[in-house]
Amino acid sequence: MAEIKVPMGPQHPALKEPESFNLILEGERIVDAEVKLGYNHRGIEKACESRSYIQSLYLTERVCGICSHTHSTAFIQAVEEIAKVEVPPRGQFIRGIIGELERVHSHLLWLGVAGHEVGFDTLFMYAWRDRELVMDLLALLSGNRVNYGINTVGGVRRDIDSEQTQQALKTLEQLTARTEYYIKVVTEEPTFIGRLLGVGKLSKEDAELYGAVGPTARGSGVSRDTRKDDPYGVYQHIQFNVITDQHADVLGRSIVRVFELLESYKMLKEMFEKLPEGPIAVKVPRKIPAGEAVSRNEAPRGENIHYVRSNGSEIPERVKIRAATLANLPSIRHMLRGGYLADFPIVIAAIDPCFSCTDRAIKVVQGKKSEIMDWGQLREYGINWYKKHRGIDLSRHQ
Amino acid sequence: MKHPGKMVPEVIKSLFKKPATTSYPKEKAMIPKNFRGKIKFDSQACIGCKICMRDCPAKAVQISPTDKEKVFKAKFYLDRCIYCAQCVDSCPRKALKSSSEFELAHYDREKLEEDQE
Ligand code: SF4
Ligand code: SF4
Repeated sequence: MAEIKVPMGPQHPALKEPESFNLILEGERIVDAEVKLGYNHRGIEKACESRSYIQSLYLTERVCGICSHTHSTAFIQAVEEIAKVEVPPRGQFIRGIIGELERVHSHLLWLGVAGHEVGFDTLFMYAWRDRELVMDLLALLSGNRVNYGINTVGGVRRDIDSEQTQQALKTLEQLTARTEYYIKVVTEEPTFIGRLLGVGKLSKEDAELYGAVGPTARGSGVSRDTRKDDPYGVYQHIQFNVITDQHADVLGRSIVRVFELLESYKMLKEMFEKLPEGPIAVKVPRKIPAGEAVSRNEAPRGENIHYVRSNGSEIPERVKIRAATLANLPSIRHMLRGGYLADFPIVIAAIDPCFSCTDRAIKVVQGKKSEIMDWGQLREYGINWYKKHRGIDLSRHQ
Repeated sequence: MKHPGKMVPEVIKSLFKKPATTSYPKEKAMIPKNFRGKIKFDSQACIGCKICMRDCPAKAVQISPTDKEKVFKAKFYLDRCIYCAQCVDSCPRKALKSSSEFELAHYDREKLEEDQE
């Protein structure tokens, strides 16, 4: 049978994000897939390098709208390591609480998206309805539903009082009940299982070989979790299990996520109960001493890595971000091979991709010589490119 | 093989429940206690140190002198503001405060520049 190439994206039918895949098809079967990055480069690293540490913090928080807290935590951990600052225990705990709540909201969101991608919209509606419980809780503790703005250099910005703790414990109970119901749906509903079993296969060896992270790796039986492997912050003091599953397909990834929810509720309860007394933040001078640090943490989707280099001024000299999706892309290609075209949306969705997290590096090469552009030049280049190629004049939008 | 339809009891229960959605804007949304909305400026307290301007990640606040000596006015670019309330935290005089106002959408960016004195 003749092979045909089908482009998917950059306006993707299943993901509301710009990314492009070229699928090589033989009939219904996917022979190979090409992943094309670079549709949503936002220049965040460059922008960080022209802003102070405190300003960059809010920028890193906006790398992703769903795992925003993990990015700002990874960044701030690196800065604190360079500045040799100890965050007070209460600050660490509050950071951990927001971090776990974020995982809960992200996994519930994912469950809804997975339902939607396989045509199970009832699950999508109910999962998102119940996700509102955790969204309200996040709003109660941090002030806002997304981009919590809880981190600051040296600690956190908002304290938790006993009234909020009571409310949180009550909500956690409701959430546990709801999650137990979803576990039943995911592990027992034959239509759901039938649709996901054996789809997007990734064996344990391949998951290790391609460096998969987060629930993608754990769904293939690889016990890999930064919270356990390299305990940071509050995770040094908290008991929890790393959930793995042996299905090694999309079903396995779903099972890992729903069971992780229960694990998160347990951790949250423990954190609220053990919340130590004392200050929530320490004062840190604006100028961070020269040095460099790499910090990693476990986002809902897997491991995030931030690298920060300081030259002793108020502004970071280099910031490098590697989000979890980039680590999972090599396995995506492998997972798609041999599968059916109709499974494409759910296979992609199963890594819980965030493509605006992924598009990082840029190198503009003109002729033979390569050139390094500063922020202003890069802006101008972008404005001119759009004017020439698309006829859009962006220069008004300063 | 188990029977499909694990969701059916939930669906039937939902039939008799109130809708899970709220009818915003008819009903106002719940605003949490430490919500970060539009920033309010208090010219009585401001000493013009401009620390807020220095820490604002979006260059959304501008403090400038007025005709009167030692009195300052503020201009907020509400289209750029990311409502992080870092300026509130940074201000040594507590001249800035987060309010619970959030319905700020507009068709015209120019109208989102706000002077506060
Ligand atoms: S930081 Fe406070 S006192 Fe200083 S200029 Fe800004 S508003 Fe005024
Ligand atoms: S809330 Fe944040 S973005 Fe808005 S003016 Fe204050 S510091 Fe700037």
